[in-house]
Amino acid sequence: MTLQKVVKETNYSQAFRVRLAREKTGWLREMREKAFKFFTENGFPLAQSEEWKYTNVASLAKENFVLAELSETAVSEARSENLEIENDSMTAVPETSTFIFEESRASVLIFTNGVFDKAASRLGDLSSATILCFSEAAKDEKYAEVFKAKLGSLVDSEKNGFTALNTAFIGEGAFIFLPKNARIEAPIQLLFTTEEGKTSCPRVLIIAESFSEATFIETYVRSEESKYLTNSVIEISIADEAKIKHYRVQRESHNAFHVSTTAAEVHRGSVYDTMAINLGARLSRHDIKLKFNSEGGEAFVDGLYLLGGEQHHDTHSVIAHDVPNCTSHQTYKGILNDKSRGVFNGKVFVAVGASGTDGYQSNKNLLLSNEARVDTKPQLEIFNDDVKCSHGATVGQLEEEELFYLLSRGLNDSLARNLLTYGFAEEIVNKIGVESIKKQLDEAVLNRLNANLGA
Amino acid sequence: MLLEIRNLHAGIEGKAILKGLNLQINKGEVHAIMGPNGSGKSTLAKVLAGHPSYEVLDGEVIYNGKNLLELEPDERAREGIFLAFQYPVEVPGVSNSQFLRLAYNEKMKHLGQEELDPLEFNDYLKEKAKVVEMDKSFFNRSVNVGFSGGEKKRNEILQMAVLDPTLAVLDETDSGLDIDALRIVAEGVNKLCSADNAIILVTHYQRLLNYIEPDFVHVLAGGKIVKEGGKELALELEEKGYDWVKAAGN
Repeated sequence: MTLQKVVKETNYSQAFRVRLAREKTGWLREMREKAFKFFTENGFPLAQSEEWKYTNVASLAKENFVLAELSETAVSEARSENLEIENDSMTAVPETSTFIFEESRASVLIFTNGVFDKAASRLGDLSSATILCFSEAAKDEKYAEVFKAKLGSLVDSEKNGFTALNTAFIGEGAFIFLPKNARIEAPIQLLFTTEEGKTSCPRVLIIAESFSEATFIETYVRSEESKYLTNSVIEISIADEAKIKHYRVQRESHNAFHVSTTAAEVHRGSVYDTMAINLGARLSRHDIKLKFNSEGGEAFVDGLYLLGGEQHHDTHSVIAHDVPNCTSHQTYKGILNDKSRGVFNGKVFVAVGASGTDGYQSNKNLLLSNEARVDTKPQLEIFNDDVKCSHGATVGQLEEEELFYLLSRGLNDSLARNLLTYGFAEEIVNKIGVESIKKQLDEAVLNRLNANLGA
Repeated sequence: MLLEIRNLHAGIEGKAILKGLNLQINKGEVHAIMGPNGSGKSTLAKVLAGHPSYEVLDGEVIYNGKNLLELEPDERAREGIFLAFQYPVEVPGVSNSQFLRLAYNEKMKHLGQEELDPLEFNDYLKEKAKVVEMDKSFFNRSVNVGFSGGEKKRNEILQMAVLDPTLAVLDETDSGLDIDALRIVAEGVNKLCSADNAIILVTHYQRLLNYIEPDFVHVLAGGKIVKEGGKELALELEEKGYDWVKAAGN
């Protein structure tokens, strides 16, 4: 008996042949061939698999999304070759410009249908970094080697159908290189949009050399209620003593499918501070893979999912403490209304030699409706005695004592409930260091709660 | 009369705690309710504020001519009742100033008076914070989160100052305070006392009454008031303990 494939391969097979035809040889061709082989043999993950137990992508298979990347790449390549890239380019991007954060006006990378559009991007504040399209990085004298060494090194393209699909269709991704000691003040926004009816496979490789510092804001937006699939993979390599902040704001259309992997490696004394805010998409899945490669690394992995209607969100995170004396703190919160469904699965592995590990993991969920549901599974697997680790998960309604406290100050019942729910989310939102993102998310939280707090 | 409690019976989870309590309070008065643990002091405070876990079994509470027991907790608050909690609740993610402005404006709306925008309210809050010597760094912090015991109690009195209640019930506000914090809190309360409001001090110890002088002292035991007197009664209790009044309650 053959397992039922939850995807029509033909759609993608056709596109893949076109893709291969444009790339005769090379390591990347080999990489994509392997990945596509896995994808054709396995398809998208089935609900029978443990990792996808609560997130059924069968509804995605019914959609006939077309790989956006093929037709677009040619255009983009032509553009990047013919156009002199002007810093602080005023190229009009009317559709997406409203989503650019104020602090990132001159530090935004635009991705349309998965393709990094360097010409439309605004890179004026990023002169101390090197930002290349993949086609440039592959040919670049200085960066070709590191590009080849790192691309695909943090994810497994022969294990998960979505990652495989992304790797098979690697096109014009963005290669971001922060040289040693570079300190980039402006938050670097990565802005992704996908059009109706398409599948986009954006890919980003970030390499932070030692002692570098930067903040990234990965943003997925779509104003209309269009239907499409975003399938992104972001790989981040953080060298010794580097400090990377990485905010991720997912505000896809409420009809969209969103699958994304964030994979990071953290080296000696470096800090990776990340937060994922999940607000959009009909069905979304975010995988986080974090690996400590040498001692003294520190990571904060926070997140919030704010769901309503029939939205489904799934966060799967794996934090691997393979070496001693690293710290990981993870705080994830969910607010679920209507018939929405949330999944949190967080694994923290502490290997045999990883003494002095400090691991903390918490997942708290607030259910605002009787029909909302969440499945949470924090997991600690510790193979070392000399560690400080704790974890916990809660699922519940608003605290009665908190509610009474607010009522006793004269707030009416609905205002008190809204304020508490808002506060529940704000605990995460307040950690955001970039003012305009914080403000936007504040508003998004209030909108979602339909609450006027008179703020 | 501001508050009249007649034959109040109340309890929690089917267990009667108050068993026929009577009390009368006029504006301009400070009343101390004292008594041993389990005598029903905190139950009285919670019942007056309308805590949903407490059940009124019998009796009446008339506040400002209205049947208090028919009002929801938030209505009571807007009508001028304030409970300073024994254990103030932490409200993560909600800033003190945001919370207080919402509460203040709800009351103003109720009274048909003008609401304050964030800037105006900030000025008002700064003024009120002086009452309890509270630094403005507390305004933007989440309500009570990470506050020390003393800071939480001061925050309660700050809330009282902002909301300007007609009847304030202070439930063991002195407990857990060191002498400096106690002085600040007590002085704050004294500043807020006026001919237009009344205060009920619920306390186990006489210590607080050195700083806030009560007009009346009521001793609660076994769910009833068993002894009443002036401030000298508190000193007598301090000296003799509660055993002699407990006996009177049985």
